[in-house]
Amino acid sequence: MSELRFDNVTVRYGSTTAVDDVSLTVPSGQVLGLVGESGSGKSTLARAAVGLAPVDSGTILLDGKPVPTRGRRRPLQMVFQDPYSSLDPRMSIGESVAEAIPPGSSRAERRAEVERLLELVHLDPDRVAMRPAGLSGGQRQRVALARALAGKPEVIVADEITSALDVSIQGAVLNLVRELQRELGLTILFISHNLAVVRYVASHVAVMHHGRIVEQGPTGQVLSEPDHDYTRTLLAAIPGNRSI
Amino acid sequence: MRRWMRVLRTPLGLTATLLTVGVLVMAVIAPILWTDDADAIDTSNILAPPSSEHWAGTDNLGRDIFYRTLVATRLSVELALSATVIAVVVGLVLGTASFLLGRRAGRFVNAGINIAVAFPGILLALFFAVIFGVGATGAVLAIGMAGAPAFGRLTQTLVAGIASRDFVAAARVAGVGRFRSLFRHVLPNIAEPLVVNATISAGSALLAFAGLSFLGLGVQQPKYDWGRLLYDGISSIYVNPWAALVPGTAVIVAGLAFNLFGESVAKALGVGVVGGIPELPSVSAHLEDVAPVDASRRPAEDVDDVVLDVRNLRVTFPGPRGPIRPVRGISFAVRRGEAVGVVGESGSGKSLTALAVSRLVDDSGRVEADRLDLLGTDLRAADSKAQRQLLGTSMAMVFQDPMTSFNPTQRMGGQLAESARHHQGLSKKDALSRAVDRLRSVRITEPEKRAHQYPHEFSGGMRQRAMIGMGLMGTPALIVADEPTTALDVTVQQQVLDLLASIREADDVALILISHDVTVVGEVCDRVLVMYAGRIVEDLPAGELSAAQHPYTRALMAAVPDMHTDLDEPLAVIPGRPVDPSDVPQGCAYAARCPLASARCRTEEPALVDGVACWHAGEPIDIEVVDRELEEVEAS
Amino acid sequence: MSLASSVAPAPRVGVTAHPWVRFGVRRLGRLLVSLWVLITASFLMIHLIPGDPVRAALGPTAPAALVAAKREEMGLDDPILVQYWHYLQNLFTGDLGTSITSQLPVSDIVSQRLPATLQLAVLAFVVAVLVAVPLGVTMGVLTRRGHGRRTELAFTTTSVIIGIIPDFLIAVGLVYVFGVNLGWLPVAGNDTPSSYVLPVLALMVGPAAILSRIIRVEMVAVLEADFVRTARAKRIPNRSVYLGHALPNALTASLTLGGLILGSMVAGTVLVENVFAWPGLGSTIVSSILNKDYQVVQAIVIVYGVAVLLVNTAVDVALALLDPRSMIRED
Repeated sequence: MSELRFDNVTVRYGSTTAVDDVSLTVPSGQVLGLVGESGSGKSTLARAAVGLAPVDSGTILLDGKPVPTRGRRRPLQMVFQDPYSSLDPRMSIGESVAEAIPPGSSRAERRAEVERLLELVHLDPDRVAMRPAGLSGGQRQRVALARALAGKPEVIVADEITSALDVSIQGAVLNLVRELQRELGLTILFISHNLAVVRYVASHVAVMHHGRIVEQGPTGQVLSEPDHDYTRTLLAAIPGNRSI
Repeated sequence: MRRWMRVLRTPLGLTATLLTVGVLVMAVIAPILWTDDADAIDTSNILAPPSSEHWAGTDNLGRDIFYRTLVATRLSVELALSATVIAVVVGLVLGTASFLLGRRAGRFVNAGINIAVAFPGILLALFFAVIFGVGATGAVLAIGMAGAPAFGRLTQTLVAGIASRDFVAAARVAGVGRFRSLFRHVLPNIAEPLVVNATISAGSALLAFAGLSFLGLGVQQPKYDWGRLLYDGISSIYVNPWAALVPGTAVIVAGLAFNLFGESVAKALGVGVVGGIPELPSVSAHLEDVAPVDASRRPAEDVDDVVLDVRNLRVTFPGPRGPIRPVRGISFAVRRGEAVGVVGESGSGKSLTALAVSRLVDDSGRVEADRLDLLGTDLRAADSKAQRQLLGTSMAMVFQDPMTSFNPTQRMGGQLAESARHHQGLSKKDALSRAVDRLRSVRITEPEKRAHQYPHEFSGGMRQRAMIGMGLMGTPALIVADEPTTALDVTVQQQVLDLLASIREADDVALILISHDVTVVGEVCDRVLVMYAGRIVEDLPAGELSAAQHPYTRALMAAVPDMHTDLDEPLAVIPGRPVDPSDVPQGCAYAARCPLASARCRTEEPALVDGVACWHAGEPIDIEVVDRELEEVEAS
Repeated sequence: MSLASSVAPAPRVGVTAHPWVRFGVRRLGRLLVSLWVLITASFLMIHLIPGDPVRAALGPTAPAALVAAKREEMGLDDPILVQYWHYLQNLFTGDLGTSITSQLPVSDIVSQRLPATLQLAVLAFVVAVLVAVPLGVTMGVLTRRGHGRRTELAFTTTSVIIGIIPDFLIAVGLVYVFGVNLGWLPVAGNDTPSSYVLPVLALMVGPAAILSRIIRVEMVAVLEADFVRTARAKRIPNRSVYLGHALPNALTASLTLGGLILGSMVAGTVLVENVFAWPGLGSTIVSSILNKDYQVVQAIVIVYGVAVLLVNTAVDVALALLDPRSMIRED
């Protein structure tokens, strides 16, 4: 079991409150889609979960225990929005993935593990020596997923992982997310501004607005019978959705 | 290594490299070969002018200036390099402190660097020269310490640039410590600019050293470097000017050598140095003219309500390996009140098409067309006042990023008013009141107050509406909107699209909407042009998008989930990646990614016939096959 | 991805003072802190010198009693914090101490020497700006993207080379050509108007080259900016695009670096004055360092430092006037 829970989490930057008293549960083995507009605090919440943003008050718990944000063992891993910035251009993709493997295994074990992970994200293991520059955006995002998996995470935080990609490539990455989740039973906090994408990958949805969660629940229910005005506004604004 | 060799390819780089090597060689061999000649005292030949015996004359003890200058190379270079090492080491420690120490302590160090950097190097050098004492050692320390803040600042900026990248955050999330991360991720990525700038600093240190010695604060007799020779020479400049000019020239040559070598390396590696030296472009080869293949469909020949008529539009740019043609012959027409959407991925040429029809392609690009008419006026004609007038009043532009599309240093009202003053001859006051009126018409509240504000005081959506308002200063017949909502949130996006729609309805204005988002275009437009690799591959009514013929359009429609996507099916996937405009394949450009591609597709480019450019238009596609092929194509 | 950049200006919580007030307070704070660092550093200078500064100044043969008396007079035997306090007190009353070599009050030396240096620096400063701005702007327009690659190469190479040559070497060259060879212009002192020509020239050539290069780069960059495309889309004359939209933005972008360069011209006077025997602070500080007349050195370091700080502050104020965003930008 690996349930990720945010209990009354608040994050402040100077005088602005980015995340305001948020309580949220990502059920074990499920995908929770977190939607909201830019500046709503959804990315800050994600960064707080992995220790990249300072939590002012509240707790972030994994199965009831605080999430470790120090040391080599990190049960929460993150995939970032921009695959052109999230891989070290000087490192081969194999090295990038290997870096996230917890220490304690032999060189051969690590190599085998890297190959296994690359195969898992449908990349040819023969490419382990390639630099990111030789890969397309979609392929880089797969490497980023493989790296996140290398840490043997219980939860993956995916922050807008398709929004920097060309339209033709987004589908492939979304397919992969669904496949990995099903096969590995991962718990995923999936952040996106795109409701249609969230609808496609997530079983649960939370809607964030001005740093607060205004609505959460099973995807089908929230999208068909939204409770909160803001959710309704969001739904109405989706292009091609107005006639409905 | 190959990139480093590029230094030698430019004449300047080659010269700088040879000079640098020359200076270093001289530093090694000159003292070995000529120390005796340099120290030989000839009292019968004091302060002599140049002669065949003493090429640059002699000093006040009759010693040969030329040999002394050569021998001084070693000490000058040694001292400069030592000072550089000090500057680099101290600078690195200071510059990486904020990364290692965390936010709070880092800010303290950075504030210190910022204060120190504000003081000029020579002032710092004098300060440290007082502390460390007059003499060579003192001067090395002084110049080293004086250079440290600048190097620290550079390091700090570079480190901050890399540290903000996601891969450093990813390493942190993976449990990699700060120190390890610094050496594994940060320093390797900034090594090149650091080395380059260290080389340049060595040149500067050399010159600074000459300065200190010249003031008498550096090297003391009997030792001598170039600055010391200069110091001695300047006092006798009326007797033997060469005693000053020869060491002076040596200093300049050596200083220039290091500096220009650094700059050339920076150029070759693509590392930024302020105002670095440019490279000359290679002479561009001739691009064979593409035949106007898709002129088959006569766009609106006899209809007189055509606002924009485009035939066989081509846009060409010079590239490093011959000309690049991102728009390869496209034709379409837009009628009064009609909304035409142009969709495509990045690199498809859609934005460039928008710029080309509005004559805004910057002048390195060449725009050609068989016809390019706006309201019956040929836009291909040379720039004239009449043409500016027509474009300025009849065509409105809306650009993608509202944050950067306004002049940050001018008030909003003035920016809107500007075109009315030029094209409608309005006075400043009248133009401003029209601007306020237009702001009101695009639903900006308190337009009088807003007109006096600067762009940064507007939100993104407001700016985009103001941009539309700017277009409405005239009486536009056509609005060209290039990704007008991509940078906006969905709710704001809706407002902007609604605004565009209401303007269209009210005044029968035509709209060209460029977007990567098929759903947006499908909702707003009457007709959709699908672009791929600089061509229109499909031209169809928006209502028929779901029944598109071209495999690319069909894949685009299925690759992105919408609110009705079947949750049990995988999304359609387009294997491979979009075509690079500088490398367009033969035949159909989409063939490499197309599940229907046949041998003919790879050799013969299909023309746009009946709204679709495909040899296999409308043939059924097996999704399963696509999925399997994806892995093969991506693996290849 | 541009999504992140579409955030509306964050609502400000707390005290919402007028931006100019906040800017003024912050800038003044920075000026005062820099000033404090400068004064403290110059105070510490004497104490960081290895050995006894008085003994060093008076020479190894000076009687011990004289050294002791001098130390007593300068208060060097007091606890360091007491000395610091006296130092600050004296500074605020304009008492900069006494020159150990000439026995004159340091404040007299400074006030007597300062005008010549100020004249030289301000003149060179003005000429450098007058040359660099039009040159940089013209070059920027001529070498905007897709234009004048050869012009760009020639200009940049020349300006890089001129910018690298230090002012004192230019000065030596000028002395040789115009003084020794041609004999057209005086090469020492500041007695006639014509004697200003060479020092000013020597001081401004390098900074003008660097400054014009920076302005060119910024101009080219600004001409690529989205808002210039917007201006072009209004179909206003090119002249209005260049001068009305591009120039103010190119200048603000150049101002920060330009300020540093102009600030360094203040210190550049030290070397140039020594070449031309200019009766200013620059020649005084060098002779004082050599004579170990530390109180004079301290005072002149402070004067130069203050001048540089004032230039930097002026640049920031100019920047705030030209570009309202720079006021709220966090530093």
